[in-house]
Amino acid sequence: MFELTFTEEQQMLREMVRDFTTNELKPLAAQIDEKEAIPDHIIKKIAELGIFGAAFPVEYGGSGFGEIGYCIIQEEISKGCMSTATMIGAHASIGSNSIYLGGSEELKQRFMPALAAGEKIAAFGLTEQGAGSDAFNLKTHAEQDGDYWVINGEKQWITNGPIADVVAVYARTKKGITAFVVEKGMEGFSAGAPEKKMGIRGSKTSTLKFENVRVPKENMIGKEGYGFPIAMKVLNAGRLGLGAACLGSMKELLALSTEYAKNRYQFDEPIANFQAVQFMLSEIAVMIYNLESIVYRTATLYDLGKMTQAQAGMVKFYASESIDRTVDLSMQIFAGMGYSREMPIERFYRDARINRIFEGTNEIQKIVIAKDILRHKGSIFF
Amino acid sequence: MNILVAVSRVPDTTTKILVGSDGKFIDTNNVKFILNPYDEYALEEAIRLKEKNGGKVIAITVGPATAQDILRNALAVGADEAVHIKSEQNFDSFFVASQIAEYASKMKPDIIFMGKQSIDFDSLQVPSILSDILDLPLATIVTKLNYEGNMVKAEREIEGGKEVLSLQMPCIISAQKGLNEPRYPKLPDIMKAKKKPIEEIDAPNYENNIEIIGMELPSRSRLNKIVGDTDEDIKEIVRMLHEDAKIF
Ligand SMILES: Cc1cc2nc3c(=O)[nH]c(=O)nc-3n(C[C@H](O)[C@H](O)[C@H](O)COP(=O)(O)OP(=O)(O)OC[C@H]3O[C@@H](n4cnc5c(N)ncnc54)[C@H](O)[C@@H]3O)c2cc1C
Repeated sequence: MFELTFTEEQQMLREMVRDFTTNELKPLAAQIDEKEAIPDHIIKKIAELGIFGAAFPVEYGGSGFGEIGYCIIQEEISKGCMSTATMIGAHASIGSNSIYLGGSEELKQRFMPALAAGEKIAAFGLTEQGAGSDAFNLKTHAEQDGDYWVINGEKQWITNGPIADVVAVYARTKKGITAFVVEKGMEGFSAGAPEKKMGIRGSKTSTLKFENVRVPKENMIGKEGYGFPIAMKVLNAGRLGLGAACLGSMKELLALSTEYAKNRYQFDEPIANFQAVQFMLSEIAVMIYNLESIVYRTATLYDLGKMTQAQAGMVKFYASESIDRTVDLSMQIFAGMGYSREMPIERFYRDARINRIFEGTNEIQKIVIAKDILRHKGSIFF
Repeated sequence: MNILVAVSRVPDTTTKILVGSDGKFIDTNNVKFILNPYDEYALEEAIRLKEKNGGKVIAITVGPATAQDILRNALAVGADEAVHIKSEQNFDSFFVASQIAEYASKMKPDIIFMGKQSIDFDSLQVPSILSDILDLPLATIVTKLNYEGNMVKAEREIEGGKEVLSLQMPCIISAQKGLNEPRYPKLPDIMKAKKKPIEEIDAPNYENNIEIIGMELPSRSRLNKIVGDTDEDIKEIVRMLHEDAKIF
């Protein structure tokens, strides 16, 4: 049987995050965008509710909802505020996952409980000036000095950079790329000023500088030279979560657009009566149905340990292309009102665009998907 | 301290209600059900009282098998145990109150909390009937509570003002909006709710005291309403557009 139901707990999780988003987050979303900051009390509340630790097992301070639970959270939060979803993603998914998926038992015991509880905020540091799509070309390097590794270099475009207590830093060592946990307060480690962005403005993105940062050797994530596979594994989960976030925003946009179409009168009737407008709503609905199906199918595979890189790539690619199409159609339905900053449509429009760029551009996703097709001679499906 | 909270499962306020084919009950297909909003205040108060004084919170509901999800909800928010009095028939307030009374007379709670009304039938009868059957003092529509020893000071809403009652435990409190700010269930507690016990009791067959002869949707003309122009009235108009007309 192909299971299509959520458990009672997953449903309760969805209800709770939906209520939280509706009551606390949505009313602040415009302010978060305008002021380019998520209020501390919101982050504190998210932490208290256990949202940051949702996916992780109980023994690491989480509540064992797995990737499906994480996707539900990303979906519901993104109905209200994509900045907040991005902040959660950089912390709970790519940041903490570097340690959870790549680290030794001892490292996980040391860091995961505080990360799951949101007492410490994480970031994921891979990208550099010369290493965007070509992440393997990173130049930040670490050299061993007794019980320490000394890191030098600079990262850029790091989400949560300015607020992170813990950064998973990917650096070059003798044996290849190796990941380390760098902690706030370590000498020589600093974050740049937040970038001025088009969208997801409430999430803070910055450069990170490492000047002779001495990191105890216990802070190495996994083994020396195994950093790149860890980064890829982490990004696979991240790409799936990104799909769920797009899904949430798309559902919100359909709801807003439908309501508007039914209440906006032109030529003495609601614009929803015009087939041209109906077709736009239908097109959005088709994309939502598709995306909802692949997000939860892929999340199920992830929790079973069976998701492939190509599947994550397909979700990421499809999600980000369809949210872009959705914001465009919604804007068309709202027309002048959509273009106004009085309405949330233009914010969704700006927030949506990043999804085709980060966690690997869509061109990179296509390369990954094609590799899989060619390797399996075209049969990667049921 | 032993605390009993009575909760009920009601259609979501934003659900569009249709009458079923028998013309006597709502069509429950495609209706989203929730924990009765007034019961959330009752539950929150119960949990706060337990957190302060120790003891145990038991949530009880009378309803069909499908009502069990609201008990899980209550357990996720912080109730320790739940009791499900199962009945698949349509029943009236007296039946609900007598079933709760039967359980309460065995459990002997120090205090019973419930919402001031269920938002489905809006009868406001269960607290009063329960108080009568159990012969316990009752404060209805309570917006503020203070506890001193085994005395409870309850502030309640009355026409144009407030009334303060002093009750001796064991007693019954029916909660009004404003009594507190209900919490969200935390993720670990949602997971733990699965392991908390729900006792199932089959309700006896029952001859309703009240028979529903027919149910129909309000006619269009009766939807006309005239309100004033104070801030409160504007809030009421927004509520009517949202909940009654379901325009947004
Ligand atoms: C807001 C924001 C937040 C971010 N957060 C993080 C973070 O938390 N951690 C982190 O490590 N990174 C983060 N990034 C970095 C992000 O992952 C990179 O921006 C992304 O991978 C693309 O790299 P680039 O911007 O250098 O583009 P480039 O690699 O310079 O690409 C430019 C263009 O060339 C195309 N291209 C490049 N190579 C190929 C190829 N081989 N074939 C075909 N086309 C190609 C690309 O698809 C793109 O269209 C973030 C970026 C942004 C903007």
